[in-house]
Amino acid sequence: MIVFLIKRLLNAAMVMLVVALLAFSIFRFVGDPIQLMVNEQTTQAERNELRENLGLNDPFLVQYARFVTNAVQGDFGMSYRNQQEVMSLIAERFPATIELVLMATIISLVVGVPLGVLTAIHRGRWYSEGLQFLSIIGVSLPSFVIGILLILVFSVILNVAPAFGRGEVISIGWWTTGLLTPSGRAALVLPSVALSFYQITLVMRLVRAEMLEVLRSDFVKFARARGVPAWRVHYRHALRNCLMPVVTMTAMNVGSLIAFALITETVFQWPGMGMLFIQAVTFVDIPVMAAYLCIVSFIFVALNTLVDITYALIDPRLRTARV
Amino acid sequence: MTDLPDARTARMTENPAPLPRSDRLARFFASDLWWSFRSHPMAMAAAFLLVFLIVAAFAAPLYVPQNPFDPAELQLINAEIPPIWMEGGQWPWILGTDTQGRDILSAILYGSRISIMIGLASVVLSLIVCIGLGLMAGYYGGIIDNALMRVGDILLSIPTILIAILVSAVVRQMLPPSLRDIGAGGVLVLAIVLSAWVQYARTVRAQASVEKGKDYVQAARLLKVPARRIMFRHILPNTLTPILVAATLNFGMAILTEATLSFLGIGMPASQPSLGTLIRLGNQFLFAGIWWVVLFPVLQLCLLVVAVNLLGDWLRDALNPKLR
Repeated sequence: MIVFLIKRLLNAAMVMLVVALLAFSIFRFVGDPIQLMVNEQTTQAERNELRENLGLNDPFLVQYARFVTNAVQGDFGMSYRNQQEVMSLIAERFPATIELVLMATIISLVVGVPLGVLTAIHRGRWYSEGLQFLSIIGVSLPSFVIGILLILVFSVILNVAPAFGRGEVISIGWWTTGLLTPSGRAALVLPSVALSFYQITLVMRLVRAEMLEVLRSDFVKFARARGVPAWRVHYRHALRNCLMPVVTMTAMNVGSLIAFALITETVFQWPGMGMLFIQAVTFVDIPVMAAYLCIVSFIFVALNTLVDITYALIDPRLRTARV
Repeated sequence: MTDLPDARTARMTENPAPLPRSDRLARFFASDLWWSFRSHPMAMAAAFLLVFLIVAAFAAPLYVPQNPFDPAELQLINAEIPPIWMEGGQWPWILGTDTQGRDILSAILYGSRISIMIGLASVVLSLIVCIGLGLMAGYYGGIIDNALMRVGDILLSIPTILIAILVSAVVRQMLPPSLRDIGAGGVLVLAIVLSAWVQYARTVRAQASVEKGKDYVQAARLLKVPARRIMFRHILPNTLTPILVAATLNFGMAILTEATLSFLGIGMPASQPSLGTLIRLGNQFLFAGIWWVVLFPVLQLCLLVVAVNLLGDWLRDALNPKLR
């Protein structure tokens, strides 16, 4: 177990080092940082001096090592665009994204699991076939399209929910939350529904497939034969045995939801990390881009590693598998 | 349609020999795949829809009322005309016009052309790269295989949309400004291929490494058939089925990724807009009451991707030997 743990952690660290290398290369090779800092009057000698002082003449590996050391301590340098520390910019936007992603995850579970159970136990009826078909459409719709359609229906035509911004927020320490104010809660509705759409279809299809399998098993047949009421068989006996993969997938997908949130955030002008990133991309604000890449990949890799380790704790057969 | 199952059993009990070998089309129409296609109304509907959309898009210059991206043909007097079934709608602007007097129908069709071409180009490029890499990794194993799997592991641990955005942003930045608009399509294709190739290459690799152990490959080896010939003439035809499914689903994915990037403003420029760009431009007017500027490109994009995905779904089931 210890060996597995070490191997898995080393693997995760390797991936993070490569991501950092990627981020650093963008930093180093897209545009000249000196060009962005100096003005027309700076002489060549001054430029060279600045270059030397910033350590840009050091060997590549030394610079890379410095970048990683700083990044681990949360120092990604200054934003080119608004001359603020990148880390404080991201910390400001972080709670907005996390709230959105958690809300979307909750919605996807609350809606997706019952739909999956329903389509499994009423397999072949018109409404479950209809839901199956809808789920293909759900997979085909890009998330910005869902966002635009939601805005069109609920904000433009019905005018019942706000279409952009985060509403009023309350700060608790460094964390800001919109959950405690009516306008904050209202603003959260459309974006989180839009973000959860794809996730709902995934959860629904997974629960359906698992349920179909479990419903064929002997213990379900036995429970039925014993006269346990149908709802109890479905929701107590069968569903419990399906939840493990659902939990795993949900945990692993939180990482990609954070990445996909950048699309939803752009549609709804949600002031999260994703919108910061897209703005950084359009203005070629490389420190912000590099920091976002590192942070999102870190969350992604950390969640995957955590899930793998938990699995290995539960199921010893997985410990010998290729890491 | 109801007599089809009988036709199938009849064909199976009869002697299938009389088909001439050279007549590939006849063989195709007698295949299980064609039979499966004919017995799935959803697959047929999706295929017809897809063919219709593609033909409509590429034949657009023959029949639409204007070239929507030739500024000389735009007239502000025609701006913001609603669709023809609404009050104030005018012929020939069937789906209305935008704020610059651009016909929405023409814009959608021209935009679809760009979206479809970028989708096709990225599928073809991924096919070439992934078949090459996957076959080599699967056939030779060893270092090439290990390297491919490692790189794949790392790429899979970064969300694909991030890879696409970063590649698109960085490559565009490296191009000289005069080339940025012209090269936008190429940059997008590159971004899509780089973000999607891993799963693809793995499919090919898995298939190739299974086929490698089979007798016919061993026989070819003993006959001293060159490795390249074994890979491309012996193994490749036997791995085409999953590749075909992956390519179809990948086509839908590519169109979606392109649309997303263009919507975020790092894809096709406004001078040669794809569907995603049209949606981004129209989105600004969502609250101005001219909803048709954004709704119709959105619908067109959805139709396109839903048709491709339905076809891919059917193909996956039809070609899966376990489900027969």
